[in-house]
Amino acid sequence: MSKPYQYLDLAAVRAHLGSSRGRDYWRSLEELAESEGFQDMLEREFPRQAAEWTNDTAGRRHFLKVMGASMALAGLGACTRQPIETIMPYVRQPEEVIPGKPLFFATAVPVAGIATGVLVESHMGRPTKVEGNPEHPASLGATDAIAQASVLDLYDPDRSQTLTYLGDIRPWSSFLGAAREALNAQIPKGGAGLRFLTGAITSPSLADQFRTLLAKYPAAKWHCYEPAGRYAQLAAARQAFGQPVNTYYRLASADVILALDSDFLCTGPTSVRYAADFASRRSVRGNQIAMSRFYAVESTATPTGAKADHRLPVRAADVEAFAAAVASSVAASGAAGSQTATGPHAAFIAALVKDLAQHRGTSVVIPGEYQSTAVHVLAHAINAALGNVGKTVVYTDPLDPNPVDDFESLRELGQDMDAGKVEMLVIAGGNPVYNAPADFGFTQRMSKVKLRIHMGLYADETSEFCQWHIPEAHFLETWSDARAYDGTITIMQPLIQPLYFGRSVHEMLAAFGETPSQSPYDIVKGYWNRQHPGADFEDWWRKAVHDGIVPNTALPAKTVALKTGAVTPPRPVEGQGIEIVFRPDPHVFDGRFANNGWLQELPKPLTKLTWDNAALVSPATAERLKLQNEDLVDLEYRGRKVRAPIWILPGHANDSVTVHLGYGRTRAGRVGNRAGFDAYALRTSDAPWFGSGLAIRKAGSKFTLASTQMHYDMMGRQIVISGTVEEYRKDPHFVKERAEEPPKELSLYPGYKYEGYAWGMAIDQTACVGCNACVVACQAENNIAVVGKDQVQKMRAMHWLRIDTYHKGSPDNPETYFQPLPCMQCENAPCELVCPVQATSHSSEGLNDMVYNRCVGTRYCANNCPYKVRRFNFFLYSDWNTPSLKLQRNPDVSVRSRGVMEKCTYCVQRISEAKIEAEKEDRTLKDGEVQTACQGVCPTQAIVFGDINDSSSRVAKLKAEQLNYSLLAELNTRPRTTYLAALRNPNPEIEKA
Amino acid sequence: MSQIFHHSTNTLSRVSIFGGLFIVGFLVWAWAELNASTYATRAKVPADQPVPFSHEHHVGGLGIDCRYCHTSVETSSFANIPPSKTCMNCHTQIWNNAVMLEPVRDSFRTDRSIRWTRVHDLPDYVYFNHSIHVAKGVGCTTCHGQVNKMPLMWQENSLQMTWCLDCHRQPERFVRPKSEVFSVTYQPPPDQLELGRKLVAEYKIQSLTSCSTCHR
Repeated sequence: MSKPYQYLDLAAVRAHLGSSRGRDYWRSLEELAESEGFQDMLEREFPRQAAEWTNDTAGRRHFLKVMGASMALAGLGACTRQPIETIMPYVRQPEEVIPGKPLFFATAVPVAGIATGVLVESHMGRPTKVEGNPEHPASLGATDAIAQASVLDLYDPDRSQTLTYLGDIRPWSSFLGAAREALNAQIPKGGAGLRFLTGAITSPSLADQFRTLLAKYPAAKWHCYEPAGRYAQLAAARQAFGQPVNTYYRLASADVILALDSDFLCTGPTSVRYAADFASRRSVRGNQIAMSRFYAVESTATPTGAKADHRLPVRAADVEAFAAAVASSVAASGAAGSQTATGPHAAFIAALVKDLAQHRGTSVVIPGEYQSTAVHVLAHAINAALGNVGKTVVYTDPLDPNPVDDFESLRELGQDMDAGKVEMLVIAGGNPVYNAPADFGFTQRMSKVKLRIHMGLYADETSEFCQWHIPEAHFLETWSDARAYDGTITIMQPLIQPLYFGRSVHEMLAAFGETPSQSPYDIVKGYWNRQHPGADFEDWWRKAVHDGIVPNTALPAKTVALKTGAVTPPRPVEGQGIEIVFRPDPHVFDGRFANNGWLQELPKPLTKLTWDNAALVSPATAERLKLQNEDLVDLEYRGRKVRAPIWILPGHANDSVTVHLGYGRTRAGRVGNRAGFDAYALRTSDAPWFGSGLAIRKAGSKFTLASTQMHYDMMGRQIVISGTVEEYRKDPHFVKERAEEPPKELSLYPGYKYEGYAWGMAIDQTACVGCNACVVACQAENNIAVVGKDQVQKMRAMHWLRIDTYHKGSPDNPETYFQPLPCMQCENAPCELVCPVQATSHSSEGLNDMVYNRCVGTRYCANNCPYKVRRFNFFLYSDWNTPSLKLQRNPDVSVRSRGVMEKCTYCVQRISEAKIEAEKEDRTLKDGEVQTACQGVCPTQAIVFGDINDSSSRVAKLKAEQLNYSLLAELNTRPRTTYLAALRNPNPEIEKA
Repeated sequence: MSQIFHHSTNTLSRVSIFGGLFIVGFLVWAWAELNASTYATRAKVPADQPVPFSHEHHVGGLGIDCRYCHTSVETSSFANIPPSKTCMNCHTQIWNNAVMLEPVRDSFRTDRSIRWTRVHDLPDYVYFNHSIHVAKGVGCTTCHGQVNKMPLMWQENSLQMTWCLDCHRQPERFVRPKSEVFSVTYQPPPDQLELGRKLVAEYKIQSLTSCSTCHR
């Protein structure tokens, strides 16, 4: 057994780094420390005892007996004939449906109310895969990981399936009766006892329904609470401009970017667009060098910070002082040339401000969604001083029709409930019992309400405290509409009838109003008909639904003036000691996606943790507090306590602890229950995102976390190649000089000839932002199974594509590189040679085909693969029984069974389909006609796939770049997947210092 | 101590050692025969159907084109099993009281599909595409046999991989002019190989034998 407790010697880490010569990449602190346990783990293809049944007490002898018997039975089983199957055609076949051909429908994925336009693939009425909508401004054809995983939420067997009253099943009519009775009692009072609580809503039709309802009950109130909402943005707009405004940025025209604790590339509803625009200014092709310069100041290490040319870890509370220093320097630089800043980061700020001042109108300062109001106001002031407003910074009217401060709104509701003013509470879509601030005592106050109604996808923590629970329809099951970051409206259409008799919020509100039996379709269409009366409405409607965007609905840019005196002098940092930082989880968000297995098993950016959250601390803080990875600690903050495991995150700010929200759910479902700890228990309304005064006490025990960061190590080989733009300018061949490529003739075997297509892939490490969308896209497209936490710990996660994270330099503030790693599809493939049954063989187009039905599970191929991209089904990981999950599967890809090896196929099903279509039209494939799932979803177009025999294809051109290199080229595997070295554009003034 | 084994045991052991080879050989042969037998492949065995639909009558007798029912054979991987509506196009007018057709009328009335028995059932790990075969000059009857002479549908060929590869390795032995693809009466000419080679060149037919052509 590997040692359960591995002491991480941080002194050894520093010693190792001190002795190394120049460029040295590393993946984990354990590797740097060269600890004994880590070396032992590396020695093995699979962890110790991985092939054993650890939970089996019977032992080897019994195992052999059972195996013998099952072998005999299996032999007999093979003699049975294929079972007779039935086939059931339509009775009346819909006109557009061609069995075997998917259809695509435009809709939008709303997260916290804000939409990303998508096209959803439907196989005979079953939505199976989400793709971006190229015409939608927030998507441009790509999506994020959450949108990719949303299709699994739809089929989740744990979703609530029945309408209940005190746990008993009731029909909809019975609910209507009860609701009507309560509402009738409210009419004389004007609805004074009636309250609605929703999440953030941008839907114009739903807002219209609310307005109609509130007109009937003028004393009723509509509250909004979004646990990870944009409070600071709204509050800052009120402070700076005296009115609520929505802010977004045009990064495609930004030469210099400063992020103030903002993870704009990977978090939030605009991240896909921002990543695309950002990457468009971070590309080096031949002599064409278009590189913006990006500075990031952040507390928690994020993928956005990893992409920065200069990254400065500071505590979240100190960001305000930093921003104030920048603001005063910028203001001064406009007035009287240059003025030197003071403080710990003076040199950094001086160089930064000089850079910003040289790019007036083409620079941008982005405050973090989870920063303070003051930082947002300062960012407005700096952007105004730099003349960026209207150029890289755009202000519009707010997206929410009901722009309220979430905490104030919830506080008011709480007070009303406490005062006994609320008689009927309707919670539509939220989960306040789980995620309301700890100081509100929301649950106790809610119990004072006589009638409590909860509508939600799941029978969750909140529905437990409500008499009525109504299953909600998933957004793929119903009609609605929503706005994107710039105001563009998408009319959302359903892809399937509600699987579990869910109802939409539209339907419930209609039932409370005058039209109890109106369908969501009639409601949404009726609303839009009122906006667009006229004879051409039908055509207009069809086009708007078809395109997935309502034309001309982007909100116009607005001119707002910064109020004098809006910028207040920075407050001294409150409280002493260690700071706690709250962030929504990168994958399960505020907890609403906690029951999604794809998102739970998706390794989180940088930490690579799966299935849990952790208290993240910097290496120096860990050293000072004598903390190790996986140490259980008690976090005590303002008298509230929670027990959490520690994870040391290189690059985290010192004296600061980050906890992610969204875990520790008790009624999420079978996947999300009991995963992680509940950070909401520490979160109060006056410090929603960070606060000082955290006490950490070691609990004395360990908690095992499943992180994939140490799986498959590089063993000191040169895998990532990086450099600076300056180096590239001086010597464009620097990559080729470092990567050693043996001559083609070196192989003993004769080479293959590729006469038709030759598929290849180029991955640009400068563009990749590590957002993980590709990993989930691959999972959805290729029916990849979820294995669970204990299997992930045994290095058995099945993802065909992983994103390896490499660091360089000191663990206090390392450079970070992301490397998506699919199968390399080697031309001299080591896997093919060792298969005793020819289950993996070379295709005429250069793919390493994997034939599941031939595979006997020797695992020789995985052993011989230098890139470690092969995945073995140690158990029956795919769910072959749950009916709803079967509906999600891509019918063009086999669902694998136990004992079978699998790996990335370059989405051969897509290649096949496209080739057949081209052949039927008697033509060859055009470049870009086949897109792999990972390529299609990538916001930054970091992954490019195509025919390398066609010299005009994008992939062939990328492979001809000087930056292109093969991984482990010295092995002469001649991989078809190659990489473009990562380039940075550091400021020479800071670099020197 | 007396002998445990009699002298005759020597002969017995010689025979069994020598004969063992034949026994193993026989078993291998028997297994291979069984595997290729119509018992295992269900080839040439008419399948029971809820409605005894006759291709002999509809195709051979009435001359209905394959694509009248199998609508997506030229566009999709799946040739399509006709919806009940297709049957009712005619059978609301003719034989509209036939007892035999009651399941069809019942399906149409109740909006429930007819549960046909699947005749050509490839394993789930095989991805066959009708449209490309039809587009490249592989006739319906090349694989499905003389359906115009089948009163009840059966599977004409084994549908085993070796059978697929016969054509994938030497397509010239089986291709026909595109104009004849849907003909049920077409007979290959005596100079098939010569015609085949010409058509393979003309239609740019590739001999695709990579695993991922069918398995993925």
